Amino acid sequence: MVAFKLAYKNLIGAGLRTWLNVTVLSFAFVLIIFYNGMIDGWNRQGRNDTQEWEVAQGQYWHPNYDKYDVFSIRDSHQAVSGDVKSAVDSGKLVPVLIQQATIYPQGRMFGIMLKGVPHQQSLLKLPTQGLQPQTSDLPAIIGQRMADAVKLKKGDKVLIRWRDKNGTFDAREILVADIFHCDVPSVDNGQVYVDYEAIQKMMGLNNHATLLITGDEDPKEIEDWDFKDLKFLLSELDQMIESKKAGGIVLQVVLLLIALLAIFDTQVLSIFRRQKEIGTYIALGLTRWQVVGIFTIEGAVHSILAALVGAAYGIPFFLWLDTVGLSFGTVDVGITIAEKVYPYYSVGLIVSTLLLVVLSATVVSYLPARKIARMKPTDALKGKIQ
Amino acid sequence: MNNSIIQLQNLTKRFPVGNGHFTALTDINLSFGKGEFTGLVGPSGSGKTTLLNIIGSLDVPSEGKATVLGKSIAGLNQKQAANLRNHSIGFIFQTYNLLPVYTVYENVEFALLLQNMSATDRREAVMQALEWVGLTDKEKSKPSMLSGGECQRVAIARSMVKKPQIVLADEPTANLDSKNSHHILQTMQKLNDELGVTFIFSTHDEKVMQYLKRKISLADGKVVADEAIMANETLNS
Repeated sequence: MVAFKLAYKNLIGAGLRTWLNVTVLSFAFVLIIFYNGMIDGWNRQGRNDTQEWEVAQGQYWHPNYDKYDVFSIRDSHQAVSGDVKSAVDSGKLVPVLIQQATIYPQGRMFGIMLKGVPHQQSLLKLPTQGLQPQTSDLPAIIGQRMADAVKLKKGDKVLIRWRDKNGTFDAREILVADIFHCDVPSVDNGQVYVDYEAIQKMMGLNNHATLLITGDEDPKEIEDWDFKDLKFLLSELDQMIESKKAGGIVLQVVLLLIALLAIFDTQVLSIFRRQKEIGTYIALGLTRWQVVGIFTIEGAVHSILAALVGAAYGIPFFLWLDTVGLSFGTVDVGITIAEKVYPYYSVGLIVSTLLLVVLSATVVSYLPARKIARMKPTDALKGKIQ
Repeated sequence: MNNSIIQLQNLTKRFPVGNGHFTALTDINLSFGKGEFTGLVGPSGSGKTTLLNIIGSLDVPSEGKATVLGKSIAGLNQKQAANLRNHSIGFIFQTYNLLPVYTVYENVEFALLLQNMSATDRREAVMQALEWVGLTDKEKSKPSMLSGGECQRVAIARSMVKKPQIVLADEPTANLDSKNSHHILQTMQKLNDELGVTFIFSTHDEKVMQYLKRKISLADGKVVADEAIMANETLNS
C-alpha cells in the first residue's frame, strides 16, 4: 500500500510527463476495447442475423447437398418421411426446396437460386407471409441487394425459367410481392423465394426438400438427413471475424507498444534522475528489491490511471456508440454485416484488456527498474551512477 | 569499551579505480559508546562519509571488522542490513534528501510505515518528532515550501521518529547559514541529551566543533586524532 501511495504521489508530482504517458496509454486502452467491442458486436449481430434469417438452431441437409456445388444442387433433394412431415406440419421443422433457375428482368438474364419455403413458417424472419397466393400470380420475395442488382421493385413481374424433375424447361412470370432488408448476404444475393407448395408443383417434386431448418436447441438425429450444427453453419462468419480480429491486433499492438515505450523511457529517465531518492529509500530501511518494487508499481500505476482516464472519456463514448451504432451503409461486402453495427462490450473483454495493459505496463516498468537492484546505495546517494 | 555499540577493528576500505584501487580508509580502530555526540572531522576525501556509510550498513569494509549493535556489517544480507537501518539507525544528509512529493508529515512518517505500526501510534510518534524540531505547524507543507534549515529539521525528525540508537549525519550543516546551523546542532544536542541517542557527524564546519563531545580527526583515510572535548556551559545557553 505504501508503494502504491508513493507511486501515485510521484506520478502526480511528475505532472505533464505522467499525463502524456497516461493519455497515450488510455488511447490504447480505449481503442482496444472499441475495436474488439465492434468486432464482438458485429459477430453477435452477424450470428443472430444468420440464425434468425437462415439457419435457426441448425439444418438437416440432404446427404449430397453442397451449397457451393451447382451441379449437385439439382439432385440434392429427397422425400420428407412421415415423422419429419408431422414435425414440418407442426412448425418445428421448416423444409426448404432449392433449385437453380433463371430470371429475365428487363430482358437480361440472371442465374438465381430458387428457394421454396412454406409461407406459414415463423421460424425464420423471412417475410414468407407474402408468398401466400392472392391471385393467379406466383408471388415471390427477394432481398434488397437482389432487387438492386436486378433493378426490380415491389409489384414488378419478371419471367422465371427452370428445369423440372425431368429436366424439361418451363417458365412463367413471378410477382415481386415483397422486398426484405436483411444483413445476411447468402439470404439475399441471387436468391428468390417462393412458396414451398408452389415450387413442388413447379419442379414436380411432391413432398421433397433439400434441407430442413430446425428451431430445436437440442436437435435429434433424423435418418437420411445430415445434421449441420451452428458451428458448421456459422464457420464462415467465425473465420471472417477471426481474420478481422487478427488484423486489428496489429494496430492494437503498435499503439500499445508506443504507449509502453513512453513508459519505458520515463522509467529509465526517472531511475537516472532519482538516484538520490533511491539511495534515501535504502538508507531509510528499504531493501533494493523493495525499491525496485516501488518503481515497478509506479510504472504500473500509469496503466491504472490510464484505465481511469480512459474510462472518463471512453465510457460516455461507448455508451453513445451503443445507442447510435456505427454505420457501415448498405455496401455489399459479401459477409454478414449489419448496416449499423452496435458494439458489444463484454466483462471478459474489459477485464482482459485491463489485464493486458496493466501487465504489459508492469513488465516494461520492471525491466529498467531492475537496474536499482545492482546499484550501490552509496553511489545512489551521491547520484553518480551513469 | 564495554558499553560500545559500534566497534571498528582494523577497518580498511578500498574502491576499485581503473585497473587499481583507491584506499579510502586504512586500518581504522574505533569504538563508539551509547549517547556519544561525536564528530568525524577532516578535509574532503579524508574518508568521513565512507566511514559513516559502513557504520550505517550502506557499505561493507574491504578488510577488518565493523560491528554495529552486535552485528557484523559484512555478515549482513540485504534484508538484515535494511532491517538494521530501519529500526536502529537514522540518517541525516547534507542535501536533506526529503521525498519531494510528500508533505513534512509524510516524510517523517515514511520511516514508520515500514515498521507495521498502527496509524494512531504513527501519528503520535510523527507529531512528537515534529515537536522536537519545532515544525508541528508545517506538517502539511511540502519540502519545496520550506527553507534549508526547516528541511534539515524535517530530516532530523525523520531520522529520530523511529527512536534509533544511532544517528549518522553527513555534513548536516554544510548547506545552512550560521543561525540555522546552530539551531540544528542545538536540536540534535537536545535529542542526544534527552534520548541518549548516539550522534556521529561528518563535518569540516568549525561551528559544529563547539558542540562535540568527541572529535575524531581523519586525514587520508587514517585516524590522526581522537579527543574528548569538555562540555562548554555557554553552548547550551
